[in-house]
Amino acid sequence: MSTGTATRAEVCAAACADLFRGDGEIVAAAVSGMVPALGARLARLTFEPGLLTTDGGPLLTAEPVPLGAPAGDVEGWLPFRDHLWLVLNGRRHVVLGASQMDRYGNSNISCIGDWERPRSQLLGVRGAPGNTKVNTTSYWIPKHSRRVFTEKVDFVSGIGQDRGAHDLRAVVTNLAVLDFATPDRRLRLRSAHPGVSAEEIAESTGFDLVIPGEVPETRVPTGEELRIMREVLDPRGLREREVPS
Amino acid sequence: MDIDEVVGSLESGMTIGIGGWGSRRKPMALVRAICRSDLTDLTVVSYGGPDVGLLCAYGKAKAVVAPFVTLDSVPLEPHFRAARQAGAVAFTEYDEGMFMFGLYAAAHRLPFLPTPAGLGSDVLKVNPHLRTVRSPYHDGPEDGGELIAVPPLKMDAALVHMNRADRRGNAQYLGPDPYMDDLFAKAAGRTYVSCERIVETAGLLKEGPLQSLLISRSHVAGVVETPGGAHFTLGEPDHGRDERFQRLYVESASDPEKWAAFRDRFLSGDEAAYQAAVRAWREGER
Repeated sequence: MSTGTATRAEVCAAACADLFRGDGEIVAAAVSGMVPALGARLARLTFEPGLLTTDGGPLLTAEPVPLGAPAGDVEGWLPFRDHLWLVLNGRRHVVLGASQMDRYGNSNISCIGDWERPRSQLLGVRGAPGNTKVNTTSYWIPKHSRRVFTEKVDFVSGIGQDRGAHDLRAVVTNLAVLDFATPDRRLRLRSAHPGVSAEEIAESTGFDLVIPGEVPETRVPTGEELRIMREVLDPRGLREREVPS
Repeated sequence: MDIDEVVGSLESGMTIGIGGWGSRRKPMALVRAICRSDLTDLTVVSYGGPDVGLLCAYGKAKAVVAPFVTLDSVPLEPHFRAARQAGAVAFTEYDEGMFMFGLYAAAHRLPFLPTPAGLGSDVLKVNPHLRTVRSPYHDGPEDGGELIAVPPLKMDAALVHMNRADRRGNAQYLGPDPYMDDLFAKAAGRTYVSCERIVETAGLLKEGPLQSLLISRSHVAGVVETPGGAHFTLGEPDHGRDERFQRLYVESASDPEKWAAFRDRFLSGDEAAYQAAVRAWREGER
């Protein structure tokens, strides 16, 4: 891990933190990996102190805790049944994962191939249908590729903009930040991570990604954010395993 | 009761609910016993983990009703995958929240509960039995529009594994999450509780607060003490998930010969033989 400049994983974690900007006193449900969990806790320790974050299990922690660490003091309890209640209640912003995603943000974690007899059975829909229907949803895709970003998903688990999604904020990948800020709410390149070209991102996407004339660079974490990630929230460097530099 | 009496009271063709969540506090001793039994053609209702996987591996499950099947620290359940990919098991795939409303509807004896979860997704496409309703109270844009009417998840019997229970069937969880075990118990025609330890009724509150008494004896047809009965799934605070054994289970599923060896070594005898084989394996790993 370099000490001066941010690693790709740290850029991704800061981009995930930015997903929660302005969210206030809601539950940050970063269920799809270490990087979004780190991002949620980083946001809470910096610009979004009202956020509620978990220990990765059913405990709402009094303070953001390091990845993989015990909860310490606890301020609340959120067992699975209350997560499912909270989905309908709405005070929640979830970061989901996806094995496939199309241009409108329809996502698949159910199976690859024909559902009747899939070529590859994956997790099953989990909570993706309900989450995307009524909760603010973002995505974390650790391996931006044409296998993930496909013309058509084999099974619509999480619903996209064309199927009545409630509020799809953004998609953070290991290469870029994507959003839906086009008139027809298609996936658009919002920013490319430092060192990644728009061409590489387009090449790694299996449909025509909307790419603006000038592609901004994803912001790098501040010195203070880097210190918090490296010394406080993830001293074991779990983020680097999810996004190798 | 003992394990064989529980399994002996079940019949082929039944719909069986299984508590826990993923690879957490699953009544694996009862599941293992079903695998050893003559039962067939079961419909398994579960927030699925290795319970679903083993029942698929042994050809006991005709159908699975679940929002997912996972081992948590290992995302995909190998035997469930194999069964689905071979077309060997029917699948009713619900959203997690829909599934909970199905349990609630059955527990409350309601014909359905409405939810927006699932609308727009392919859950509707692959479950043509699902109908939609509109609110009778509003007729405007705020009424939520169309909602899915989730039918009750009716079950002939439910199996759950709890930390403590008394002989009457009052059952207690001591971990941080009750999962949906009480809902399974209330939704099913009858429930069998396996537990880490049977205690006197007067001793139930020695280890946990009043709120930890999750399941009432009025829903419980039988209790059986099975220490380590949730192994290899998470059984906190009595024991964590046996991650190394879970990895062995997954590796063994990758190849028919390895799986046959795993079955012979761990699953060919009764529950005591299983626990002894796991202990011996653990010694060998040291």
